[in-house]
Amino acid sequence: MTWALPLPVVVPLVAAALATAGDHLLPRRLGDAIGVAGAAGGFAFSLVILLASEKHTQLTWFGGWKPRGGAAIGVAFVADPLGAGLAALASGLVLASILYSWSFLRDAGRPYDVLMLLFGGAMAGFALTGDIFNMFVWFELMGVAAYALAGFEVSQVGPLQGAINFAVSNTVGAYFILTGIALLYARTGALNLADIGHSLAGHRPDGLIIVALTLLVCGFLIKAAVAPFHLWLADAHAVAPAPVCVLFSGVMVVVGLLGVTRCYWTVFDASLAPQAHDVRSVLVALGIFTALLGAVMAFLQRHLKRLLAYSTISHMGIALVGVALLDERSLGGAADLLLAHGLLKASLFLCCGILLVRFEDIDELRLHGKGRALPVLGVMFGLGAVALSGLPYVGTYLGHAQIDEGAALDGIDWVQPLLMIAAGVSSAAILRAGARVFLGWGPTSDPLLSPEPSESPPERSASMPALLGVTAVVLVLGLAVSVAPGLGQRVEQAAGRARDRIAYVDRVLRSRETPSPRPPVAIEATTTDSVLYGIGGVVIALGLALVGLYRRRLPELVLGPLRAALGPPIALLRAAHSGVIGDYVAWITVGTAVVGGVWALLLRR
Amino acid sequence: MSFLPYAVAAWVCIVGIYGIVTSRNLIHLALCLTVMQSSTYLLLLAIGYVKGGGPPIYKGVKLGTKSVDPVVQALTLTDIVVSVTVIALILALALDVHKQAGTVDPDEIREMRG
Repeated sequence: MTWALPLPVVVPLVAAALATAGDHLLPRRLGDAIGVAGAAGGFAFSLVILLASEKHTQLTWFGGWKPRGGAAIGVAFVADPLGAGLAALASGLVLASILYSWSFLRDAGRPYDVLMLLFGGAMAGFALTGDIFNMFVWFELMGVAAYALAGFEVSQVGPLQGAINFAVSNTVGAYFILTGIALLYARTGALNLADIGHSLAGHRPDGLIIVALTLLVCGFLIKAAVAPFHLWLADAHAVAPAPVCVLFSGVMVVVGLLGVTRCYWTVFDASLAPQAHDVRSVLVALGIFTALLGAVMAFLQRHLKRLLAYSTISHMGIALVGVALLDERSLGGAADLLLAHGLLKASLFLCCGILLVRFEDIDELRLHGKGRALPVLGVMFGLGAVALSGLPYVGTYLGHAQIDEGAALDGIDWVQPLLMIAAGVSSAAILRAGARVFLGWGPTSDPLLSPEPSESPPERSASMPALLGVTAVVLVLGLAVSVAPGLGQRVEQAAGRARDRIAYVDRVLRSRETPSPRPPVAIEATTTDSVLYGIGGVVIALGLALVGLYRRRLPELVLGPLRAALGPPIALLRAAHSGVIGDYVAWITVGTAVVGGVWALLLRR
Repeated sequence: MSFLPYAVAAWVCIVGIYGIVTSRNLIHLALCLTVMQSSTYLLLLAIGYVKGGGPPIYKGVKLGTKSVDPVVQALTLTDIVVSVTVIALILALALDVHKQAGTVDPDEIREMRG
């Protein structure tokens, strides 16, 4: 199987090169076909590797530079099911986006396809590599492609602002990561993840380890859009073309969380295992804060893509809690949640693209009632919104339930209700927007919502069945995640393997294979508590959506105190999301300093 | 090995971040980003320094001759190549901002906020 390991990266990159080289030589349709073939090939090979990696971790050393005497010399690709799964999700969504863009952005020209392929190939490379510096290189390549895609509409100021904020924030993050890598290299003389972890094993954490941990984790959390590092995300998502948003929200942010997971479990766990609860408390706090902040900000938006972007931030917070609890069930839950979220959020962004094509607008209030002409789209939008709230056995429910149960096993019982509220509030925002657009409910003005610039429509003559078809396929896959037989158990097993540092070192440095047992093929059973939390999320979502629409019908006795209590904090939140890159980098710096300071106090006790 | 290169790397990094935070000009901001990036070169090269070591070129050199660590130099080169791409892109975006808005002040292109 080792021959296939580089192919999810190589195939899209070669296709990108061919499409560029042949741009003026080949007929246009052939160029398009090369793009689709590259994306489809990458997806197919990712799936093959995913299936093979479930039996045992796949490994290949580039140029045949195998480890000598237990030390890595070359660069390796190491595919465990978690990484291979992310590569498959990334290349699958790239394929869906390219197919959708065929109709959506017919005049985008060749650079668009090429950037999409580069973006997908780089994400697959990041997910599969076993070398920390190689991770940085893929991270930057993925970044460059993404910045260019965010600012694709260079004739408007909004996309330029979004792309610059995105590029600068993430580049600062990349230099944090590189500095962390340099520090680890200085200590261990190694760049291979297994090798670094092996060298650190048993050493108590000192200043260098804590600084490296802080820089790597914060650098990746910038990409993962965790507060207070999240400010760039809404700007970038609001302006990027809808199929590009699919990749931003569906997989790019997930890559940041995979970076945290990979670095912690292969490298830092070796030194920090005895103090894991201190690492956990800081990251869980960040996750909860992000989940709630993102949900509230989503509720204050009227620009549909920006609203969905804040909801992505909220879900990244929930997933970070799953990663941060540091146990197998929660990590599996985070992976299941992100898989379902990626597909559902993708379908919602694609719905927004269809609205933009049809009505030339993306603003909730201006689109009031217009969506009644597209009932099928309305149903898809509503299903996507409900499935994100945690309705039992639909969409993101499985991930939520696994995180809740992991938290209960860890003896932390206060995070579940907070995560339920976050999921409920962000879904309420999407449902409110959907009800206003597709049902014409509520008033046509609302001073609570932030006005944003409008977007110029793409291709006018787009083929509606093609757009709806791609959207429906992605939506159905997302809805099915919670009831796919065996998925929960398999993902949990994959999470267990991602956490097993000893087996990873054995595989990479000593070529020893640890085969894993076949998990049962059944729909994952969940506890009554999880079902109740799921129902709670849906009730909050529906109730709050109605409040958002018909707030003014409440008696003044209720409204007055509400306005007085919530007005000032909301104004403060709005002011913090200032849209100026200098402020964003200041927040990043302060956030990193605080996280590092807290860890320095806790971990050196 | 002296402590000085590490202190300089940290200082350059902080200066770069300060420049980004306070910048009122996108071109200046992009240059501050390269200043911050320079701190990573300094750090990498300082880590690879060996007292009395020559350049890591092994052709025609006696076996056992001391040299500085070639790995960090390769990392630095890669870092330069990758970062040049990013900076070029940011400068191109700044140029487009000037074309569209007639300004390069990040405070004046705030179309999106809140």
